[in-house]
Amino acid sequence: MSTTRTSKPARAGQYLALLGYLVFLAFPFLWLISTAFKPPRELASLHPTWIPKDPTLANFRQAFDEQPLLRAAGNSLIAAVCAALIAVAIATPMAYVMARHRTFLARAATGWVVVSQAFPFVLVIIPLFLVLKNLGQINSLPGLIMVYVVWALPFALWMLVGYVRAVPTELEEAAAVDGAGKLRTLVSITAPLLAPGIVATILFAFITAWNEFFFALVLLKTPEKQTLPVVLTHFIGAEGAADLGPLAAAAFLATLPSLVIFAIIQKRITGGMLTGAVKS
Amino acid sequence: MRARLTTAVTAALVLLLAGCSGDSEGSDDGRITLRFQSLAWQKESVDANKELVKEWNASHPDVKVEYVQGSWDSVHDQLLTSFEGGEAPDIIHDASDDLADFAYGGYLADLGELLPDRLKSDIPKRSWQTTTFGDGVYGVPFLQEPRVLIANAKWLKESGVRIPTPEKPWSWDEFRSVTKELSDGKGKYGVAWPLKEPVSATLNLSLSTGGRMFHRGEDGKVDIRFDKADEIMPRTVHDQVNTDKSASSTTLGMGGSDTLPGFFGGKYAMVPLGFSYRQQIVQQAPKGFDWQVLPAPAGAEGLAQGVSPQTLSVSEDTEHKKEAVEFIDFLLQPENMVRLAQGDWMLPTGTEALKDPALRTEKNDWAVGTALAKDLRSAPAQSVRGYAEWKDKVATPALQEYYSGAIDLDELRHRLVEDGNLVLARYQR
Repeated sequence: MSTTRTSKPARAGQYLALLGYLVFLAFPFLWLISTAFKPPRELASLHPTWIPKDPTLANFRQAFDEQPLLRAAGNSLIAAVCAALIAVAIATPMAYVMARHRTFLARAATGWVVVSQAFPFVLVIIPLFLVLKNLGQINSLPGLIMVYVVWALPFALWMLVGYVRAVPTELEEAAAVDGAGKLRTLVSITAPLLAPGIVATILFAFITAWNEFFFALVLLKTPEKQTLPVVLTHFIGAEGAADLGPLAAAAFLATLPSLVIFAIIQKRITGGMLTGAVKS
Repeated sequence: MRARLTTAVTAALVLLLAGCSGDSEGSDDGRITLRFQSLAWQKESVDANKELVKEWNASHPDVKVEYVQGSWDSVHDQLLTSFEGGEAPDIIHDASDDLADFAYGGYLADLGELLPDRLKSDIPKRSWQTTTFGDGVYGVPFLQEPRVLIANAKWLKESGVRIPTPEKPWSWDEFRSVTKELSDGKGKYGVAWPLKEPVSATLNLSLSTGGRMFHRGEDGKVDIRFDKADEIMPRTVHDQVNTDKSASSTTLGMGGSDTLPGFFGGKYAMVPLGFSYRQQIVQQAPKGFDWQVLPAPAGAEGLAQGVSPQTLSVSEDTEHKKEAVEFIDFLLQPENMVRLAQGDWMLPTGTEALKDPALRTEKNDWAVGTALAKDLRSAPAQSVRGYAEWKDKVATPALQEYYSGAIDLDELRHRLVEDGNLVLARYQR
């Protein structure tokens, strides 16, 4: 086994590139924070500054005064958490079967997963709307959750198939040799190794649902049911005019749950991966 | 296959989620409930709408109106899906240039026979034309805004140029020479044209010079022409940007709000904007910034310009059209129309509302706007089928290239007319 030594200039270059990449990624978020704390006159300044000269919480107050942000965030949270958990609960056994049994049906299912990602929202929204209407699930969070589950399922499946394939079949065979039944093998051997993948997939499904706008816009009619992305558009007027300060304040708050969940789960993903690495 | 799978999965999920559901609408007490989807978005405007709904509900115990917040950003797709699914709001707030597809598609009720005479006579015929498609009236136009010049008043006074008024506006030639005079050739410009969406600005302002561009024949078919009268407005802008250097080329790709920092920072003496932008200026202008509203330049047709008013329509599917129209009539009583106009910083269409002293005050130049109301017309082509495609595929790129100096007037004419008529022909077979 050989290791490649990186020269100091090359390493410095790598760090520089990484720093540039981080700055590039962070720029919109930092600008959003800066905008959220600026008074209207600073927002229209010809020479904008990173740090607000006269920082204010007025944008946050106005955002909360004008729109039911907490209620909308609650709706988004319910929809996103339910959708993520249900999608992964359905996808996990399906993924196991698809990864372990390479039959024609499994290959066809994989093909469907790929093709289904090509459908734009607008193509499916009207049939979906009619289906949900017949089920009495228009303007209901459970109806929206169903849509999010269906929408997240293919990609969740795709991700989980990859994770299952990464678990060596030899481990399951060894467990069988040691006398473990199929269920015991799945619960005690496969599931712990899959945990980081399941967490990552839940996170993916959560963020997809948390940020989703179009289905929520079309399916939820009454203000009490609307989710955060829909409510955020209420700060935007005709011809792209926007109430920029409150919009930035509300958008900043909308990003916080994702960041917090990432921060909490990141350790689990990393820890789980390391655990898996040791076992394999 | 996908649809079947979707159905199967959703059916399965219904069982899973059965315990969570419990959303039902409708009342058992015989009261009618109407859903009113409003696109009001600024605080004052939302407040005015909600207050009026509250007042209606207090005085009409049998017909409850439920306020639903919509959004300008996505209203077309959202309404289309709701119409297709039979779940549209009963009363619909939109803009007249978005109504044609819905009207021709049979989604909106013809209000011709339902509207009270008071409302019919209060709103001028020229405004009704914006919501008349074929023989039917599919919306009530209630708020509108002219495009005006918002000017740095101090800069104008110091330059000594003649200040135009609605009675004595600038001609397009005079406007060009004024902007030349206001420019210093070193980064200060007489005007900044925000022309990210150049088509409606060009068509609407060209009405002042007699430009129509869309001509309907006796057979009902429309063809595009680009005559001398159509050239004046676009040529003025082109020459300001490319010949006189009195208009900033960098703002051609901007939206209205994007030009405000430069305006406040003293880069531009004037910016052509919608009348409602005054609110942003009041909120965002530096302390002591002296600004004023001037009428847009006039041509052979005076101050005429096109507008697409905000509208209120009734869904064809609603079982309570009469009650929906009664609510619209209540919402558009003159005093209520004034409240809505103030909330949006726009002009009401109603002649009685326009007489209100609150809209004729010198404060924030409301009076300049109301003086322009009589010259507002239906935006050209908003009822022409194929207009949307012509606008997006032909006119927008052609005008952007012309204004930036990439193509000349002959090429612009060729594209607008030759390419444009090919597009319209597909819709008029």
